[in-house]
Amino acid sequence: MVKLNGEQRELSGKTVTEILNENGYDPKRVAVELNLEIVPKSQYDSMILKDGDSVEVVSFVGGG
Amino acid sequence: MENNDKLVIGGREFNSRFILGSGKYSLSLIKAAVENAGAELITLAVRRANTKEHENILDHIPEGVTLLPNTSGARNAEEAVRIARLARELGCGDFVKIEIMRDTKYLLPDNAETIKATEILANEGFIVMPYMYPDLNTARDLVNAGAASVMPLASPIGSNKGLATRDFIQILIDEIDLPIIVDAGIGRPSQACEAMEMGAAAVMSNTALATAGDLPMMADAFRKAVEAGRQAYLSGLGRVLVRGASPSDTLTGFIRD
Repeated sequence: MVKLNGEQRELSGKTVTEILNENGYDPKRVAVELNLEIVPKSQYDSMILKDGDSVEVVSFVGGG
Repeated sequence: MENNDKLVIGGREFNSRFILGSGKYSLSLIKAAVENAGAELITLAVRRANTKEHENILDHIPEGVTLLPNTSGARNAEEAVRIARLARELGCGDFVKIEIMRDTKYLLPDNAETIKATEILANEGFIVMPYMYPDLNTARDLVNAGAASVMPLASPIGSNKGLATRDFIQILIDEIDLPIIVDAGIGRPSQACEAMEMGAAAVMSNTALATAGDLPMMADAFRKAVEAGRQAYLSGLGRVLVRGASPSDTLTGFIRD
């Protein structure tokens, strides 16, 4: 299981690119953090998630 | 306004002295708000990406406007640093407004944690604009930590109560050699104008616009107020008499019997 934005999901073995595409995230508009470390965009295709990983996908929203 | 009166933050020059918040109103109003306010800096927040909402705020912000991500949601320095790094990874420059709160009732900033986060992020090359409770000692520590500006609150976030901390902001303006940008609580153009008359380098506002009846019109009013206040400050305000009066007219040549 992989935690994606706080939710436990069956995503082990997938790349970051696959997770973004399959879940409807726009890769150009998000930043990705894996176990508290930022994943550079250049590694989205090669970074494979494993059991116990925690992924955060964030973007900009309105704020003051 | 004269073109040579620039606001300089972290080596970057701005003509506008009004920083616009983008929270709590429709994305479709952002362009009009930016344009009417004349804003060149706009704040944003970082949140978990929403897969249902396909519109992105970045598509609504006009070209040439500098993005100022905040670290809202951070409860300590560590969380603020994490959010700032994610914001930079979103690819929109090195500016960051540090916002650290551990109190959800009054949303007051944690000055001690803010100093810590400022030091870490300034060392990582961020242009750090810390939101803080107006305290001179904290402001001095922020200068030493590498802040690019200091952003004291006027009154609690979202309250529209105006310059409750006026005298303490004045101390920062008088003593701190960085742009003092009044942030939070500015609810009316007149309050923004007063902050600028006091010598603030800029004013930031979000809720005053978001809760206005006509947001674009209020943005225009804020632009005028900030410009008027700046001009008044630069021109040098007239003195105040402690007692008595002083005639505006000459005291000779009266028509009398």
